[in-house]
Amino acid sequence: METKSSLQVDRKTFIRVSALAGVGIVFGANFFQSCESKKEKKIDLSKLNYNDFNAYIKISNKGMVTIYSPNPEIGQGVKTAMPMIIAEELDVPWEHVLVAQADLDPNNFKRQVAGGSQSIRKSWMPLREVGATAKQMLINAAAIKWGVDASECTAEKGIIKNKKGDELGYGDVVLDAAKLEVPTKVILKDPKDFKLIGKEKRNVDIDKIISGEPLFGMDYKEDGMLYAAIIHPPAFGQKLIDFDAKEAKQIKGVEDVVEVDGNIAVLATSTWLAFKGKKAVKANWSTNQTFDGTKEIDEKLNNLLTENKGTLVREDGSVKEGFLNADSVIEKTYEAPFLPHNTMEPMNFFAHVTPEKIHLRGPIQAPQDAVRRVAKMLNRKESDITLEMCRIGGGFGRRLYNDYIIEAVLISEKVKKPVKLVYQREDDMTAGIYRPQVKYQFKAGVKKGRLVAYQLKEAAINAGINESRANFFPAGSVENYRVETSPLKSSITTGAWRAPISNFLGFAEQSFFDELAEEMNIDPVQLRLDLLAKAKKNKSNRMQYSPERMEGVIKDVVQKSGWGKKENVYQGFSAYYSHNSHVAQVAEVELQDEKPVVTKIYCVVDCGIVVNPMGAITQAEGGIIDGFGHAMYGEMLIDKGVPQSKNFHQYNLIRIHQVPKIEVSFVKSNEAPTGLGEPTLPPVAAAVANAIKAATGERIRKQPFVNSGNII
Amino acid sequence: MSITLIINKKKHTVDVDEDTPLLWVLRDTLNLVGTKFGCGIEQCGACTVHINGDAMRSCTLPVSLLKNAEITTIEGLSDDNSHPVQVAWKEIDVPQCGYCQSGQIMTASALVNKNNNPSNDEIKQAMKGNICRCATYKRIEEAVYVAAKLTQEKA
Repeated sequence: METKSSLQVDRKTFIRVSALAGVGIVFGANFFQSCESKKEKKIDLSKLNYNDFNAYIKISNKGMVTIYSPNPEIGQGVKTAMPMIIAEELDVPWEHVLVAQADLDPNNFKRQVAGGSQSIRKSWMPLREVGATAKQMLINAAAIKWGVDASECTAEKGIIKNKKGDELGYGDVVLDAAKLEVPTKVILKDPKDFKLIGKEKRNVDIDKIISGEPLFGMDYKEDGMLYAAIIHPPAFGQKLIDFDAKEAKQIKGVEDVVEVDGNIAVLATSTWLAFKGKKAVKANWSTNQTFDGTKEIDEKLNNLLTENKGTLVREDGSVKEGFLNADSVIEKTYEAPFLPHNTMEPMNFFAHVTPEKIHLRGPIQAPQDAVRRVAKMLNRKESDITLEMCRIGGGFGRRLYNDYIIEAVLISEKVKKPVKLVYQREDDMTAGIYRPQVKYQFKAGVKKGRLVAYQLKEAAINAGINESRANFFPAGSVENYRVETSPLKSSITTGAWRAPISNFLGFAEQSFFDELAEEMNIDPVQLRLDLLAKAKKNKSNRMQYSPERMEGVIKDVVQKSGWGKKENVYQGFSAYYSHNSHVAQVAEVELQDEKPVVTKIYCVVDCGIVVNPMGAITQAEGGIIDGFGHAMYGEMLIDKGVPQSKNFHQYNLIRIHQVPKIEVSFVKSNEAPTGLGEPTLPPVAAAVANAIKAATGERIRKQPFVNSGNII
Repeated sequence: MSITLIINKKKHTVDVDEDTPLLWVLRDTLNLVGTKFGCGIEQCGACTVHINGDAMRSCTLPVSLLKNAEITTIEGLSDDNSHPVQVAWKEIDVPQCGYCQSGQIMTASALVNKNNNPSNDEIKQAMKGNICRCATYKRIEEAVYVAAKLTQEKA
């Protein structure tokens, strides 16, 4: 095969070229683009090295199929579920599929992000089309070989058949298929014909995980690499004045100590020596200013709620008049603390910056953003940067922020060596991008037993209720409805934390509905159903949730939990829509020695088609336990800019003996899949708090619940 | 200092400072990276290994104390993922992100190796030192039961 590195080829030529590599065929290189637009894009042949070119499907002559999973795997199961979607439409036995993690390649994959529970939802159709297109090309090749019309052929389990009963395996025709035109239209399966989607499939990395194989960024090393540890300012807002590294440099194995963008990096021949070197560095930090802490922010948030200077997000009717005309008005405020993400794998990243290229590798949720930022920061071309993804030891939003990648890159650039930056737990917990301390204030007006006015005020660092969020329930069900937000500026860094905003708004709103039901003297479930009935009549394009689907999960959880029919068991109800999915939950509390103990949580989820029930159920359970654990115990206090919890001896993450029974079920559906990594988390805290109220009469409006004094 | 360690039934001689925790000798010196770094203060259990059959945290355990100890890491639990705990972990499909799971498996295997009929309380007592941030706790509990049952069948 003759190639010139400058040669530009079109899609058809590319397919031919890659087939001639002789190993098999790469499908999918341009399928996404062909799905997205009809415009033919050129491919630079110099990049078409068969071995490292990322496409979705590679079929060997023997019929084995490699499917590349495009998105970061942070424990949400997409490395199993996304390839399942391709394999379904390609129609190959799952046992013949090998799954590989794709590297960052925005030219061939779109939205390589782990965030917002959107991987499956956004890639549902494109991944199916990739699989179906490849299948059609294989059928076409077989039809030509047999001299029959392709419409007379079918393919199943990697075998193509014709009317006469002849059979060819995908591997037998893969090279011929490569020479064919890419069909522009393919027929997708009817969901009722799915054979793989909806079946329980194990995590594709299970064998490697249980044998301890190197899968994670933390496990990566290469020759000549130095380990880097980092010292950040002890308080948010503090600045480095100077440092003395003499003692640190005397430790054998500590190679260098450098300043990097206001932080100090210690480089050594092992992780342990880098950590040891850190301890020996003496640094001076600025102290001539006052720094925010939990208390100061608490006061500022209270002021924001009383000042009435919030930004209007949505108003229907007039809440002012609604409250004036109401028979009764109730107002309640709910509050939550800062939360660190605490991924089990501490932040780490490998970077090797050379004048020719930049190589990056490690755990990351938003790789393309990292490449853009690094290119801009170092004034380099994005094409000079390669980024390899690996399995990730938890994300929860923390690894959407590429601060630690920037640090690794700057360190490597400074010392001119390959470097792996490793955070200690203390660095991870104290210099985090926290879920912001937040307050939500609700006000409702009731007239003749009907909710007539409803107002939500948000006050938080980087407050984030936007228009889309304001269109969630109960928008559309109350004639006078208002949402406003008051953002606060602070040097404490905050950001997305699993189910951003919803993670606490779900608690606040669904607790408030319980209080409102009490005020209105109505069953809390009935209150929601009445409002949903009203919402059905007021549908508009901007309504984000489906009243019908919400009603569906509510009725289901009521039935499964025996709502209101149990003795000596106190129940709390909650339902919340987030990440395009509808979830309803009932928590149960029993009194033991007169103290409330959460014994069981029922959960019904409508997330459309469940691609992999095995991964889905554990995802849902994990979200519930995560939401429960953080509501019960999670709290990061900050004093004068200094985070007060530094490691797990000062921070309570839920442990196995604190977990109640959980029963999750999914609504059977033929609708396209929606989010699942996050939606079971937001409702759980309110279900629990509402059950505690039922059991004890005590209303908890502040997280964590353990601080309310009556909880075990 | 030079020290000889017995890890997964093989002898390894390493030259490290005597205060170096076993975790970092395993990971950085011997490339046995299945044992994970989580907190460095014995709070999360990600670094759990077996020392003479007992589950112990390797992140604070200086290698100088381990001269004649039999050390087992996740890599040495079995040659082919056949330890009942590994079999159960696969059967139940426990992991989400997977990072804490070698530590969970090492704690669970130390338990079932000694007690093949643990009660619910015994399981929770044994496993509560291991944090799973993805909260796979329901699956862990179930898998330990299955592992104990498999161990009984083997005995």
